[in-house]
Amino acid sequence: MSKDVSPYRPQPAEIEHEYRRADIDARAAKKAERQVALMFASSALFTVLFVVAFATIDATTVIGLPVFGDVYAFNVAIGVTMGLAIFFIGAGAIHWAKKLMPDVEVEEERHDFGSSAEEKAEIVETFKAGSADSGVMQRPLIRRTLLAALALFPVPLVVLLRDLGPGPGDERFRTMWSQGRRLLTDVSYQPIRPEDVPIGNLINAVPEGLHELEEEVKNLNERAKSVIIVVRIDPDEIVSQQGGTSEEPWDYNGILAYSKVCTHVGCPISLYEQRTHHLLCPCHQSTYDLADSGKVIFGPAARRMPQLGITIDQEGYLVARGDFAEPIGPSFWELS
Amino acid sequence: MSVKQSRKARALNWADDRFGGAGILRTAMNKVFPDHWSFMLGEIALYSFVILLISGTYLSFFFVPSMTEIVYNGSYVPLKGVKMTEAYASTLDISFDVRGGLLMRQIHHWAALFFLIAMTVHMLRIFFTGAFRRPREVNWVIGSLLLILGIVEGFAGYGLPDDLLSGTGLRITEGIMLAIPVVGSWVSSLVFGGEFPGTEFIPRLYIVHVLLIPGIMLALIAVHVLLVAFHKHTQFPGPGRTEKNVVGYPLMPVYMAKAGGFFFIVFGVTVFMAAIATINPVWMFGPYVPNAVGAGSQPDWYMGFLDGSTRIMPAIEFTLINYTLSLNLLIPTLVLPGIMFTLLIFYPWIEAWATGDKREHHLLDRPRNAPTRTALGVMALTFYGILWISGGNDIIAVAFGLSINAITWTLRFGLFILPAIAFVITKRICLALQRRDRDKLLHGRETGQILRLPHGEFIEIHAPISEKEKAKILSKVDIEPLALPPATDRDGVAVPQSFRKRLQAKVSHFYFGDNVPKPSAAEIEAAEHHLQEIAENVEAPSH
Ligand code: HEM
Ligand code: FES
Repeated sequence: MSKDVSPYRPQPAEIEHEYRRADIDARAAKKAERQVALMFASSALFTVLFVVAFATIDATTVIGLPVFGDVYAFNVAIGVTMGLAIFFIGAGAIHWAKKLMPDVEVEEERHDFGSSAEEKAEIVETFKAGSADSGVMQRPLIRRTLLAALALFPVPLVVLLRDLGPGPGDERFRTMWSQGRRLLTDVSYQPIRPEDVPIGNLINAVPEGLHELEEEVKNLNERAKSVIIVVRIDPDEIVSQQGGTSEEPWDYNGILAYSKVCTHVGCPISLYEQRTHHLLCPCHQSTYDLADSGKVIFGPAARRMPQLGITIDQEGYLVARGDFAEPIGPSFWELS
Repeated sequence: MSVKQSRKARALNWADDRFGGAGILRTAMNKVFPDHWSFMLGEIALYSFVILLISGTYLSFFFVPSMTEIVYNGSYVPLKGVKMTEAYASTLDISFDVRGGLLMRQIHHWAALFFLIAMTVHMLRIFFTGAFRRPREVNWVIGSLLLILGIVEGFAGYGLPDDLLSGTGLRITEGIMLAIPVVGSWVSSLVFGGEFPGTEFIPRLYIVHVLLIPGIMLALIAVHVLLVAFHKHTQFPGPGRTEKNVVGYPLMPVYMAKAGGFFFIVFGVTVFMAAIATINPVWMFGPYVPNAVGAGSQPDWYMGFLDGSTRIMPAIEFTLINYTLSLNLLIPTLVLPGIMFTLLIFYPWIEAWATGDKREHHLLDRPRNAPTRTALGVMALTFYGILWISGGNDIIAVAFGLSINAITWTLRFGLFILPAIAFVITKRICLALQRRDRDKLLHGRETGQILRLPHGEFIEIHAPISEKEKAKILSKVDIEPLALPPATDRDGVAVPQSFRKRLQAKVSHFYFGDNVPKPSAAEIEAAEHHLQEIAENVEAPSH
């Protein structure tokens, strides 16, 4: 136990009190009274104005405010009137309390929270007696089985959550990309010819058939996995790729396809710097080098960006050579 | 009975005959509340919560928590004909086709920000004044839980409208779930009802947001406030304030008017903000699609520290036999906040153990008089602040034209170095303030007036300090660090020293070792005498 080594305390001084203008000057008190009443009356007035604004102002008009920019006039009008109507009730009440209500501070005693020693002892006794009567200490068999039962009792509550979802299958390891499946531009769903891919730009693409699949299953699950980006890099500048042979390279004349999903926590990647071939994730700035197997060169992502091998089909459109060789998106326990 | 009662009295009588409780009511009405601006922080939090309940209930009349895809056909022209979920479409409807809906959405969001700011600053007040000490430890724990729940609740609300920003937040949530060792894939599959994003998540999140968490928070807030009333409020030292009393205004009428009025002020200001300051304009972000992201998107302020820790964490991922452990996510998003909140929750017991101080405290500490606690607090704040700033490392990089690489490395080192520096500086400042307090008691306050003594020496006149200030300074409690248990017993035989006792003595020294004790009664008396003499001296030359 620590001890206070400076027990010196002055005698508690008197609680100080100063009189206010309104306490001694009847005119000041009258003035304060009028101020309070004015605030309450303003509140009522603003409530009326609120109703008027609500009924008359067009809800689509946009106005420009300094600092706050373009805002809806209707929203400003009803909000300001409602806000002031509420505010003045509070301002009036506080002004009233400060200026006119008694401002003499009073003292209240504190009492100990703990019960008296006898009371505490009595509780302990009663508890002990109850426990003795139940015989819980003498009958370990009952005690232990009871504890086991209580410990297990929450299990059904957890098990009952089982059908919240279907348990993880192998869907994290595959996407709908397959051999010969065309790359379609995102949004307009057009097949892509190599000449459509300029140096420098990044093209967003999805697998052929995604659109139809989404119409059928009505969710975005496949899209969240199979979105890719397509870039063209001068073949001489490509240092390495994740797969392919010299007969069957994963690029097509310098056109490379990579997953668009960051391997960190799965943000879609959007920023591409043509000069350095760097791909930057806007969420936590992980940076990948697309000319060098998509390896991470900066940031919190630990895994390289999976590459999709591509080639062209007989009609000259870009197609996949197969599915990704490694899972896309964030890492998970069963990954490797 | 012929005595005529006023209507008010009759109503009270009616209630008392049925529910009793005149006694309780009397105690309640006479309850005394000390006055200090910092005591309003908790009130702001409470009122913001009430505003959230009111505005949230309104929103739930119109919001459709469904991920069913529809084609938008409301009055916001740029998005006409676009495919989106009903959740997003109904949020657009609230914003454009329900008159006053936009105001309510913005009230709800502003109130959420104020709620979390008020809770945080309120907590800092409690910490730095030592208001968490016995008997209020349990209320500190409840408050910490409320803060955590508030953060989760705000994040859940942010995810509901299913716009591009909120969907990106949910994607990150899924990534974090996946990083949980062993069960991560299971957790994610169950929570999302299969693969991300699925069609189950928003309805589930909705129930969590409007029922589960607010229900728990409401219960905790009720207990929190009842405990404040039961313990009676702490007070700052001052004339007439002791550990045994509480000095302030009675509930009826002054406190009632002030606190009640203050609710309307907070509400009014929130509505005013919602009227003029656009917040979360979801219509500009578009519906969530997994292949788009808004560049430079920032989460609400209270999630910033987690975003920051995720950004500056190095890319460490392990493969254990056949399994993957993503420390680059696990540490910044689960382990680190886990440690931070655990330390927060248990701080009252950590300090009580370290200082051996297990007494009741109702008079608040002035932060300078608990230099180690104050320094620890500033240290924790610095740590939090750096994480928070890290959440904007890209913004800093652009603003100052620096490389993001350099900034991230600076922040990584800063996270460990700056809090330590903050600790040392804060402690020095506190001790300097203690010394100044001591000087004030012994030598009075400096008046700035210079006096030439008869023999030619110049002195500055010191005047005695006011009673109020004296009471404040003398409220300081000087605590002696715990001593080491004796190394040998009475017969000189070595006693094995327990490691715990030695550690405790060390920590206690760390807390109190460099305390500047306040002067003793005799010293003060002598000093007052001396000041008296000077005062006479000053008057003398004028004769
Ligand atoms: C206790 C603290 C609460 C916090 C911190 C909070 C926070 C939020 C936030 C940040 C949003 C996003 C708003 C936006 O669109 O910009 C939101 C949405 C929403 N909240 Fe809350 N909320 C709270 C309590 C409640 C309660 C009690 C209810 C209902 C009874 C509720 C109902 C809703 C609804 C329906 C939405 C979706 C509508 C929309 O986004 O426009 N909230 N909440
Ligand atoms: S999600 Fe891409 S860096 Fe975090």
